Amino acid sequence: MNALLEVDGLRVRLPVAGQLRTVLRDVAFSLDRGSTLGLVGESGSGKSMTVRTIARLLPDGADVRGGVRFDGAEVFDLRTEALRSYRAKDVAMIFQDARAYTNPVRTIGDFLTEAMRTNDRMPKSAARKRAQELLAEVGIGDPERRLRQFPHELSGGLLQRVMIAAAVAARPRLILADEPTTALDVTTQAEVMAILGRMQREYGMAMLFITHDLELAGAVCDETIVLYAGQVVERQASVRLHEDPLHPYTAALVQARPEIDRRVDRLPAISGHPTTAYEAPDGCAFAPRCHFAQEECRAGVPPLLQIGPSQTRCVQMPGLRGHMAPRQHAGSASNEEVQR
Amino acid sequence: MPAPVPSGQVKAKQRPTGVMLRFIATRIAGLVVTLFLASLVVFGALYAAPGSPLTYLTHGRTMSPDAIAAIKAEYHLDDSIWQQYLRWLGGVVHGDFGTSIIYNQPVSSLVGSRAFTTTLLVLMAAAIVLVLGLAIGTLAGLKPGWLSRSAMAGATGVMAVPTFVGAVVLIIVFAVDLEWFPVFGAGRAGLDEVYHLVLPSIALALASVAFVARLAQTAIRQELSADHVQTAISRGLPRGAVVRRHVMRNAAMPVLTVAGLTIAGLIAGSVVVEQVFQLGGLGQFLVSSVQQKDFPVVQAICLMYVAAFIVLNTLIDIAYTLLDPRVSIGKKDS
Amino acid sequence: MSGRVAIALLALVVCFAVLAPLLSPHDPNAVNLSGAYQSSSGAHLLGTDASGRDLLSRLVHGSRTALIGPFLVVVISTLLGTVLALAAVWFGGWFDQMVVRVVDAVFAFPGLLLAILATALFGSGLNAAVVALSIAYVPYIARIVRSAALRERSLPYIAALQVQGVHGLRIALRHILPNVGGLIVANATLAFGFAVMDLAGLSFIGLGVQPPASDWGAMVGTGMAGVLQQHPQEALFASVLIVITVGAVNILGDRLTERWEARS
Repeated sequence: MNALLEVDGLRVRLPVAGQLRTVLRDVAFSLDRGSTLGLVGESGSGKSMTVRTIARLLPDGADVRGGVRFDGAEVFDLRTEALRSYRAKDVAMIFQDARAYTNPVRTIGDFLTEAMRTNDRMPKSAARKRAQELLAEVGIGDPERRLRQFPHELSGGLLQRVMIAAAVAARPRLILADEPTTALDVTTQAEVMAILGRMQREYGMAMLFITHDLELAGAVCDETIVLYAGQVVERQASVRLHEDPLHPYTAALVQARPEIDRRVDRLPAISGHPTTAYEAPDGCAFAPRCHFAQEECRAGVPPLLQIGPSQTRCVQMPGLRGHMAPRQHAGSASNEEVQR
Repeated sequence: MPAPVPSGQVKAKQRPTGVMLRFIATRIAGLVVTLFLASLVVFGALYAAPGSPLTYLTHGRTMSPDAIAAIKAEYHLDDSIWQQYLRWLGGVVHGDFGTSIIYNQPVSSLVGSRAFTTTLLVLMAAAIVLVLGLAIGTLAGLKPGWLSRSAMAGATGVMAVPTFVGAVVLIIVFAVDLEWFPVFGAGRAGLDEVYHLVLPSIALALASVAFVARLAQTAIRQELSADHVQTAISRGLPRGAVVRRHVMRNAAMPVLTVAGLTIAGLIAGSVVVEQVFQLGGLGQFLVSSVQQKDFPVVQAICLMYVAAFIVLNTLIDIAYTLLDPRVSIGKKDS
Repeated sequence: MSGRVAIALLALVVCFAVLAPLLSPHDPNAVNLSGAYQSSSGAHLLGTDASGRDLLSRLVHGSRTALIGPFLVVVISTLLGTVLALAAVWFGGWFDQMVVRVVDAVFAFPGLLLAILATALFGSGLNAAVVALSIAYVPYIARIVRSAALRERSLPYIAALQVQGVHGLRIALRHILPNVGGLIVANATLAFGFAVMDLAGLSFIGLGVQPPASDWGAMVGTGMAGVLQQHPQEALFASVLIVITVGAVNILGDRLTERWEARS
């Protein structure tokens, strides 16, 4: 059986001030039915653009090469009606800032029932009933009153739950979640993640989960992809990513996170600035910030190497594997680990 | 499973009926206060002017002491200013604006017959502003391209055309050259009057059409690029529904509000248009009364204009606040 | 039309106004009844009006009243509006509320109507109309400056200055005013365009600049008679000059507004 979603040699360029700027280069991955894939990277790495490309929500004038296949059908070949049906029934999007992404002058009830009434021609009363069920499913009490409220009358966490309810309403086969909890405070974040995870399992949906938080991706996703400068630099099972990173960038990200059972004077930061795809140098995009960079790294764009079930875009692999320890990486004596 | 969130966590910006009624009451109280202040200005202006009111009433002619005493008695000039003001205001409330110095008739009867033409003129212009302005702006907003760009450039140009210049050009082209419309006058009551008011109402509406078109175009562009429109598109809604329910609906309230204020502004512009086309409405009467220093008439017409302007503004403000859920009541100033 | 073209056009009109006596080939008020409604010729480049006066000379002289009145209106209303708004923001409380109320009350008077009322009291002419329009324009400036200054005042750096003990007046004049200055200039420019139209309109209906003085608005008015006799030159030329001036001012104002918006 083929994968639910196959992304293949994807290159996306967007028009900025009259010029096309590359935001994604040679992005390729696949996602199986019902599974969860994390997409991790810093801002500008192209993770949001990847899901927007999949949902075909790119701005006018965008130049797309390569393919996005959903259930075997090429998404960029879809014409008006087929594209509508793809967006209405097959994929659903959850955006980061629920407040900006809900219409401020329409009620929650309108928001939830709109797609059912327009796309599925559901009668009003049935749609409202279904909307109340959905709100109950995402743990929102007093659904009848909520349906009459406006977005600004709900807290950010509640509104994101409404977003999730709206996304799962049509029982899509793929959820595209673009940093759904980044704008929320920590406790609300956990609640919203729990609801999202439960809904995904109950409805048997696949999910592409975007975050800049490696740990969150590890907790939610079966596999994680790390993006850097518009490229996939690593793909691994999430459980393996922390213990055995296959790319110096991932290793640096892992080490830049504080851990509860480790006490350090100073967290090793990644030196330099994150690079975007259009300003990436020749060769490996991470090379200028990499402590292990060699001459060969700058020679040409590294290919995506297959190492067992995992992938990496580092030419020094597998030689460097297991040798990217914190002390070596930060290169400073001041961050010795101190056991509590 | 997380417990349902208690309602206390809702960012409470509920708008119960009580709050709304109090809001409306406040606005109407403000309206009354502003009207009162306006009446004070309109009446007090007579006393701020150089020379005594008597000079205006006698038109500078030398009169016998008896005649002067008669005028003083008629206009109660020996009373204090406040007494005179209150008497005048009391009359105004009952529709009595005093007696015209020139025509020696009650101002109310002189004004009443002329108010219809002015009202019709402003209403016709308002209709043109709403229909044309919104149509042009909406099309330009939804269909970007050279047509949209040239429409907006044209609108910018039209906004630089004063009402009377537009009126003169319309007369030259459509009345003198093409002879499609009459040059002067308001015609007989009925359809003939509407026909006579076509050019004047277009002249009055022109700059506002351009302004409203630009406004609508900007608002629709802005809403089209709003994040929540992405959500609607991502849910597979047809483009028509996205535009209607998310773009137009959101742009409508602010645009209609400003369009309404613009229409209120037509009231002042009508004075000039009436003068160009010699329509014999309130505006032309105001200008001739100013020239003849017929103060009771000037006061009456100024007050009527200001009252119409303020009432319209207040109604629009109330409607906007109540109909647009984004506006939180009582927080509009800052 | 770009901002530069607009500035060039305005500079040209200002030159007309300043150098009017030098640029006019004839006395603008020299009547020659036998030479009425002449078309363009060597002696009269743009022809003559109903009284045989040279149109070019009258148009050049007309630029003076077309500019000076609106200029005064903008200076007075901007000064008053800015001072009121800054004081309201600075003192806050009841003073702010009072300013808001007064400004709202003045807002109830359309500018043109207030100007007509003023000419009724003080006689026709520019003086009363300029004062009346200045007052009528204060609310526009005051509202915009007040909301911008309120935003500016809420910024942390103002609090920092206050903690350092910098005098309130100094903060208002040295820090808030320069930061909302661009906005004030942009709106004063736009107000200039409206003032040109309002004052020309007033002269057009016969309550502003009085004959025989030449003024663009008044020339459109007196030109109406010519329009009906197939001699629309006077009304048309004056109209074109008004439209060009207002258009250039509006474009300049739009550019200044855009620049200010881009800044914040």
